[in-house]
Amino acid sequence: MRRPAADASPVDRLIASHRLRPIELLPWVIAVAAYFVFPDYLPLGSQVLIMILFALSLDLVLGYGGIVTLGQSAFFGVGAYAAGIYSVHVSGEPLSGLVVAAIAAAVVGVISGLVILRTTGLTLLMLTLAVTSLLEATANHADFLTGGADGLQGMTINPILGRFEFDMFGRTAYVYSLVVLFLGWLLLRRLVHAPFGQSLIGIRENVTRMHAIGTPVRQRLLTAYTISAAVAGVAGGLLAQTTQFVGLTVLGFERSGAVVIMLVLGGAGRLYGAFIGAALYMIAQDQIAEVDPVFWDFWIGLLLVLVVLFARGGVLGLCDKLLLVVRRRR
Amino acid sequence: MTAALETVGLSRRFGALVVANDVRFILEAGARHALIGPNGAGKTTFVNLVTGRLRPSAGRILLNGTDITALSQAQRVHQGLARTFQINTLFRGLSVLENVSLAVAEQAGIGNRMLRKGRANRGVVEGAFALLERLRLADDALVPVHTLPYGKQRLVEIAIALGLNPSVLLLDEPAAGVPSVETRIILDVIEQLPDSIAILIIEHDMDLVFRFARRITVMVQGGILVEGTSAEIAADARVREVYLGERQHG
Repeated sequence: MRRPAADASPVDRLIASHRLRPIELLPWVIAVAAYFVFPDYLPLGSQVLIMILFALSLDLVLGYGGIVTLGQSAFFGVGAYAAGIYSVHVSGEPLSGLVVAAIAAAVVGVISGLVILRTTGLTLLMLTLAVTSLLEATANHADFLTGGADGLQGMTINPILGRFEFDMFGRTAYVYSLVVLFLGWLLLRRLVHAPFGQSLIGIRENVTRMHAIGTPVRQRLLTAYTISAAVAGVAGGLLAQTTQFVGLTVLGFERSGAVVIMLVLGGAGRLYGAFIGAALYMIAQDQIAEVDPVFWDFWIGLLLVLVVLFARGGVLGLCDKLLLVVRRRR
Repeated sequence: MTAALETVGLSRRFGALVVANDVRFILEAGARHALIGPNGAGKTTFVNLVTGRLRPSAGRILLNGTDITALSQAQRVHQGLARTFQINTLFRGLSVLENVSLAVAEQAGIGNRMLRKGRANRGVVEGAFALLERLRLADDALVPVHTLPYGKQRLVEIAIALGLNPSVLLLDEPAAGVPSVETRIILDVIEQLPDSIAILIIEHDMDLVFRFARRITVMVQGGILVEGTSAEIAADARVREVYLGERQHG
């Protein structure tokens, strides 16, 4: 965490820029504090943590790789159903359930990615939508397995590690989600700062040049897409386990749209935009919905218009600009 | 001695339009070779065919004696073939050092590495920085590339290609759009490259071409009109007619 001196060589400074900075621990301090300060809001808190993990998964492909997708809920939904069905038919053990969710989503990711990543732009966007619709229709139709439109019934989740039972106040669910999110963040943070993540940024910045420097672009995107799918699957699995229910909405297009909005709101391509965006969106939704449930969509829409028009980098982009102004004044 | 780069019967048609017509071309090892011709002669198409951005309709491409016709763009790069672009094709939001590091990492085969630990990663950045020092870009190492003046961006364009440690380098109009004062800097950089790199330069600036190239190939309408030493080309009547003549009118 040492900061290199201003006269350090550019090599040292570039390498140091990838080290962990103290401010990166702030989200975790807040998340732990929230557990003690807002004990009545823990169920909402778990939902926020799960959506952060989901938004993080999207950041890897959209924010870093530049793959503009509206189909991320496909993987979230597959993970949720996989974890749900596993608990009903195989075992209520939660950790293996998450592994199953990750694998199922990764399989769907790799298969759909093989087709989708051959295309770009609008075609790619439509294909991601199509995959989500296909899966939603399948889940609706296969009601012997998924419960169809009624949702998956009869989930029971065993205590975590055989010790920590899920309680009605959502304490265990909150801590469980927080630990899983932390591990997901560790993984993704490592990836994006490694050469792999840097090459994703290269693909986003200029795909023509990446081909010309010898990058197997499609292969690399497919790897990212699959990892992203697995992480989204874990987020879906977490939702299924902590709410002990899976409905068709986990696969819905609305969820894909919402997670893109969260990421854009917070700032894409920098990991922490997922934290800010998801938390802001979920908490605003909860608060506004209490006052004005019908009009909630209007306010989030207005917020998005303002962000896109005046703060392209989202909340974090805005913070950057403010910091720059403050530093110049000095 | 095997040619660094050779094309045999290389052709490309878009429907009825022939943009490369039975091109037979040889770039000797260590060559300083220029490809010239009027606009639309098919020079950039030729580069795109050789690098694999375009697939040929017919013909073969040999790199250091190996047939690379079936290889992907990325595979050709790993065989030692690098190019620059006529229009800046950079990672605009990244720093100069990051731009070149991306290329060096791919060349070192660690571009898909998911850890940052180990000497290899430092080695990549150090290698990239050494290259920047050679090209006198070290002072701008941490500057976002899109904020650089255009002439320096053209140098970064070349630096990325050199980061690939190529045996054959295709320079597509390296001085395009650069004020003449800065053209000198770019020419200096190119002239100082080691003989282990065979260089093909596509250029409209005739001063630069005749100063740099020992051999010149003239392309017209997708085919090769004539090839020879600089002196031969300067004296060639046909070249004057289609190329230099046109230049006087235009």
